[in-house]
Amino acid sequence: MDSTVSPTKASGRAPLPAPAGRRGPSRASRVALVTVVLVVAVVVVAVLSASVGQFDATPRQVVSSFGRGLFHSLDGQRSQVDTVLWNIRFPRVALGLVAGAALAVAGAVMQGVFANPLAEPSIIGVNSGASVGATLVIVTGAAVDTPWLLPAAAFASALLVTLVVWALAQGGGKAAVLTLVLTGIAVNAITASATSFLIFLGDTSAREEVIFWQLGSLADASWSGVVWMSAVFAAGFAGCMAIRRRLDALALGDASATASGVNVERLRIVAILLACLLTGAAVAFGGVIAFVGLIVPHAIRLLVGPSHRHLVPLSALGGAVLLEAADIAARTVIPFADMPIGIFTALAGGPVFLLLLRRTLRGHGVGAR
Amino acid sequence: MTTGLTLAAVSVSRGHRTIVDDASVSFEAGTVTSVIGPNGAGKSTLLGIAAGTVRPTSGTARLGGHDLRRLSVKHAARRRAVMPQDATVAFAFTVREVVAMGRIPWRDLKSDVDRVVSDALATTGLTHLQDREVTTLSGGERQLTAFARVVAQATPVTEESVILLDEPTAAMDIAHAEATLALVRALARRGAAVGLVLHDIDAAAAYADRVVLLQHGRVRASGPVPEVCASATLSDVYGTPIEVFDRDGRLHVGPVRRDPVCTGS
Repeated sequence: MDSTVSPTKASGRAPLPAPAGRRGPSRASRVALVTVVLVVAVVVVAVLSASVGQFDATPRQVVSSFGRGLFHSLDGQRSQVDTVLWNIRFPRVALGLVAGAALAVAGAVMQGVFANPLAEPSIIGVNSGASVGATLVIVTGAAVDTPWLLPAAAFASALLVTLVVWALAQGGGKAAVLTLVLTGIAVNAITASATSFLIFLGDTSAREEVIFWQLGSLADASWSGVVWMSAVFAAGFAGCMAIRRRLDALALGDASATASGVNVERLRIVAILLACLLTGAAVAFGGVIAFVGLIVPHAIRLLVGPSHRHLVPLSALGGAVLLEAADIAARTVIPFADMPIGIFTALAGGPVFLLLLRRTLRGHGVGAR
Repeated sequence: MTTGLTLAAVSVSRGHRTIVDDASVSFEAGTVTSVIGPNGAGKSTLLGIAAGTVRPTSGTARLGGHDLRRLSVKHAARRRAVMPQDATVAFAFTVREVVAMGRIPWRDLKSDVDRVVSDALATTGLTHLQDREVTTLSGGERQLTAFARVVAQATPVTEESVILLDEPTAAMDIAHAEATLALVRALARRGAAVGLVLHDIDAAAAYADRVVLLQHGRVRASGPVPEVCASATLSDVYGTPIEVFDRDGRLHVGPVRRDPVCTGS
């Protein structure tokens, strides 16, 4: 073999085939464009969301009332429109924006940690894990006196479930994708049965609260909820922004990431804590809203590439837009009815997940790599 | 000695199996050391200990005189760049983005990332592929990308640099494999200590200064190429007749092929 081939010099090698890439050098300019589009979209869906519902307000009224409430006091000149907007709509819009951002950022970080685009919190059982803790708090009535107990319990049980999934899905090698999804099915089944048992133990009012909450809805939004949610989001988001550039290295695999100077164990634990904090808070205030963390980062990756430097902040904007749009749909598809928002995100997310699953398995799953 | 990387009497066991057994190997500055041996001899595990990704059950690994266990991941990464056998990347990063990941350990120092990355792409001949997504590349191109990332991480190459490569050319065609190994030699000329796991004994004999021959996790022989690459030793370790011959002052190693149909290519 070798003896028949003349020694090849370094300079004598053939060039590799010409690139057939579908992407020019434009990733940087796309980031700017996508950022502008998403910021505009956030404002548009927020105004639209505040103006639709059982009591119609024009977008002009929304903007005017928002401006007056923000810069002057509304005392004394409060109209009926102002009352509806400031007591019901605005907190709901704010909660939707922040919860959507939290879910999408958690999804982006979780996928980075698992180096797997399918690692959506609801698939691997984080959401249903959070709901076990939250249900426990609701059923025992502990949340009535101490309002922070609900998000704390949701966070703690989300964390527990994520750590279990992480431990079980380790060492999957080539079958890592399947392992993750199958582990998620098992974990979801276990947490669902735990939640069902707790519902069984609860009284009627607790049951109603849990069921409403499991479907996901922003209808219960209050300013105190918005303040809590925003505080947790601010902390979690700041943490994710701080670690985001190191997350890129995990795509190389643990060994290469370590050799590139990234403390993989520590980064992974910090990232999982942050993702659970964000998911737990969103679940505590908005109920189980699935797939936002799958759809949004996937779409952003298609637009600007997988680099977490842009993926994390843009996912926050995209998540806010998606959840707010879903909430508009929840309030308008059936007139005079407030549908659970989780129906819409799952309706959009299910097909996206199937598509991604097919592509990932074809790419490097059970088949040849 | 404060340069290079040394493994002193390292062993790795998993369960009842001993994968690496009391192996002592040193990768010295300015030298290409090739680790060879049959499948399952423990080559990748040995390199993994040197790379800091496999913790030895006993024995110590020292990078430039420092015990690896006491060295922070970041500081180790500034001295030592590693190319693993598996060059897959989980997301659709571009070739340029992947190569730029080699600069992660240098981020808090002022360094011209763009220039270093461009240089690494140019020397590996990847400039025309820099905006392609790695997930769309062939196996050989992906390996070349991983190699370019290692080159970027090892910049600037000094006598303290250590570069570890686990079968860097396994998926490459012969032209790219030769060019890559020539680049590896150039890195050693600039002072780096290079550790190279290879399946191709002939390539090891041609490009390495020293060879470490592993068998069942033990160092069977180690030293300059002519000492280790002896027909009798290799034939015994690999369990198949292997011939070694000198042509134009260079050792050539290959299997003895009795069936004449197989001798052509």
